[in-house]
Amino acid sequence: MNDARSILKPAVANATQAAPAAAPKLAARDLDFYYGKFHALKNITLEIPEKRVTALIGPSGCGKSTLLRIFNRIYALYPGMEAKGEVLLDGENILDPKYSMNLLRSKVGMVFQKPVPFPMTIYDNVAYGIRHHEKLSKPDMNDRVELALRQGALWDEVKDKLGQNALGLSGGQQQRLCIARAVALRPEVLLLDEPTSALDPISTSRIEQLVEELKQDFTIAIVTHNMQQAARVSDYTAFMYLGDLIEHDTTSNIFSAPSQKQTEDYITGRFG
Amino acid sequence: MNSTAMNAPSASPATTVGRDVIDARNDKLFRWLLTAMAVFVLLTLAGAALSMLWGGRAVLQSHGVEFFTTTAWDPPAGKFGALVPIYGTIVTAIIAMLIAVPVSFGVAFFLTEVAPRKLRTPIGLAIELLAGIPSIIYGMWGFFVLMPVMRDTFIPWMTEHMGNWPVVGALFQGPPIGAGMLTAGFVLSIMVIPFIASVMRDVFLTVPQRLKESAYALGSTKWEVTWDIVLPYTRSAVIGGVFLGLGRALGETMAVAFVIGNSVNFTKSLLEPSTTIAALIANNFGEAGEQERGALLLLGFVLFIVTFVVLALARLMLAQLARREGN
Amino acid sequence: MSAVLNAQDRARQSLYRRRSIVNAVSVALACATAVFGLVFLAWILWTLIRNGIPGMSLHLFTQDQPPPGETSGGLRNAFVGSLIMCGLAVGIGTPIGIAAGTWLAEYGDRSKLGTAVRFVNDILMSAPSIVLGLFVYAMYVLQTGGQFSAVAGAIALAFIVLPVVVRTTDEMLRLVPTQMREAALSLGVPQWKVIMQVLYRSARAGIVTGILLSIARISGETAPLLFTALGNDFFTLDIFHPMSGIPQVMYKFAGAPDDNWQHLAWAGALVVTLFVLAISLAARTFLFRKHISND
Repeated sequence: MNDARSILKPAVANATQAAPAAAPKLAARDLDFYYGKFHALKNITLEIPEKRVTALIGPSGCGKSTLLRIFNRIYALYPGMEAKGEVLLDGENILDPKYSMNLLRSKVGMVFQKPVPFPMTIYDNVAYGIRHHEKLSKPDMNDRVELALRQGALWDEVKDKLGQNALGLSGGQQQRLCIARAVALRPEVLLLDEPTSALDPISTSRIEQLVEELKQDFTIAIVTHNMQQAARVSDYTAFMYLGDLIEHDTTSNIFSAPSQKQTEDYITGRFG
Repeated sequence: MNSTAMNAPSASPATTVGRDVIDARNDKLFRWLLTAMAVFVLLTLAGAALSMLWGGRAVLQSHGVEFFTTTAWDPPAGKFGALVPIYGTIVTAIIAMLIAVPVSFGVAFFLTEVAPRKLRTPIGLAIELLAGIPSIIYGMWGFFVLMPVMRDTFIPWMTEHMGNWPVVGALFQGPPIGAGMLTAGFVLSIMVIPFIASVMRDVFLTVPQRLKESAYALGSTKWEVTWDIVLPYTRSAVIGGVFLGLGRALGETMAVAFVIGNSVNFTKSLLEPSTTIAALIANNFGEAGEQERGALLLLGFVLFIVTFVVLALARLMLAQLARREGN
Repeated sequence: MSAVLNAQDRARQSLYRRRSIVNAVSVALACATAVFGLVFLAWILWTLIRNGIPGMSLHLFTQDQPPPGETSGGLRNAFVGSLIMCGLAVGIGTPIGIAAGTWLAEYGDRSKLGTAVRFVNDILMSAPSIVLGLFVYAMYVLQTGGQFSAVAGAIALAFIVLPVVVRTTDEMLRLVPTQMREAALSLGVPQWKVIMQVLYRSARAGIVTGILLSIARISGETAPLLFTALGNDFFTLDIFHPMSGIPQVMYKFAGAPDDNWQHLAWAGALVVTLFVLAISLAARTFLFRKHISND
């Protein structure tokens, strides 16, 4: 047990010391979620503080991705899914059918596990979402695209080939493009669903660095099955198991002194 | 990182609600349009069947079951007995299948196990391309090339040597014209071979390599692997492919119309001119009067129902393999 | 000890021999049947080339159908007619096919209606073309006062194009990863835009291949045209009256006892076959190359 924790110690020591709890940007209140009859999320109450990184960890099937996907209501695509309870973004319940989908999507952006650049040029990829929401002049659009690509740590590598097809980029570059694409809408919250699990270690660490930089401007929730990554990157961590939220605390607390036995078992590798 | 002022979201609440409404409405319209087109596909099939039945209803009413059981096709007298074309369709299809199925199996076996690896793709491609040759060309070849051969060589030989056999002898007696169900069946089989062989080959290729390798590792020969492992594994799909070919053979018009002889007289012989449903329709439709057209439409309906059943069965069997693949 | 081994070995050896004989025989038979099939197919192609080449000349494309008993002429009216009717058929069948295929992939994938549509589409795809011709005759020609026309012919051909395009669109769209859809939607873009601007672009190569393959199919179809476009011995661009296509002229000329006509029929056959083979090859290499560049 001690050995496992000692493996994590350096990571925890390097993790950012979380500032005293900031105002919750995103909060789930008494949230239940069903796939058909299956009760996937059980009475989740969780706060995601503003401009911090919150990691959702847990073994496969615990519901962490499910929870993340409620935060931008992407689940609504599929039949048979039902959410009960509230999810508050800046105090407003986004699960309310009256809440504008366009507003939600422009405030909350998502990056997926598999890098999925659109079959267009690099420029068009980034501009695509912007074009739906705003009418910008060419110079303004150029500025926005450049800004987004800088925020995605990709600008230097692609500034001379913005007109090239995005599919020609490497896996790590494609994922950074997807991040740039999401931040191009200037959202307030970024949801990252296992963003590095399909990437090689070098690309992974680049993106982890990127997350460090992005949290200055965005509230970030990241789902990861890699505990070391959670320890490296996040300020707060929430551990989930079989649809329940077991424990939620600052990352340093979770990894050095978890209060729940289940959390400790997972972190030390007893299961999962 | 300096991105301070740029952090306000792109959309403001007021405009987004308006855009929400527009987007939702456009989405609904788009979906409705697509659904209508999908339903249209359904209606097409129903319409095809019903319109032919409707067009032939007069003949169906006046003839009833006799339409299917009598052999007199006599437009001036208003009598329409379709037994000859129905019989011809079935017999030519059977002949075609009897030849095409073993040959296609041989070709598929050749392509998947026997042929040197480098040749497999080009030959396979060649066969797929051949499956795309318009069927009228098979008919023309049959007419100009095969029929003379039949007329001068095979038919006299068969009449002489097989025409006297007990029971089946009557099948092989005929004047040396060259047209008939045997010729038509043969042309059909050549036409259908590339098609069935391609399907069989594709189906054989779905067998997992590990399965075949473990058989080879036990010392099996190429034949044994194909006959004992590949074929049972793909059995229902192979049958499905055969049924697809059968559906083709039953409905084929041009390959048959040139070499069947176009005669509505009933004959037991495979070597005498006859007709099939498709050939009769193609041949007579142009000059047919209204009543005969109705009869031909009714015949078309019969053909449609028969091929529908065959194709539905084929699909069922092919779906079984897809399910096994773990879809 | 050695005696026992010998008996066992001998038994095994005779078993191996029997099995390898069976194998050799079946491999030989397989080769024989492959050769049998290929020989006939080669014979047909050879006949086509041998009979078609003499008739090939520029006249084929510049002169119209000759009356019987002449020694010159071409098939210009038929080529133009085929182009017009096939073009119209693709124009009618493709949009409907893409729309229905999109519905199947994006909206109706697991629904009962979706299963029914897929089933019916498969049947339509393999249905005898003569049946489709009769259908258009009954539904369109009869209902418009018995007027045979190129439009009717194009509609019949469109019913052959339709199921191919539906199937290709359906399959190609389903190959697009779900996460691409979700990524576009999470940007706030409405579903119809996602489909038209992102998904179609992703599936474009496959859909175009499907269209090309359907063109290859309808180029040589005769039967459906016999009951809809009928035929026309003269050059015409009037799509509301009968029109001839190459297959119809082939049917008429090949069976007639007129040498000139038979030459023309074979020449037309050769051109059609070359066209079909060229399009099929183009479709396959197009898709293949797209695959490579996307990896």
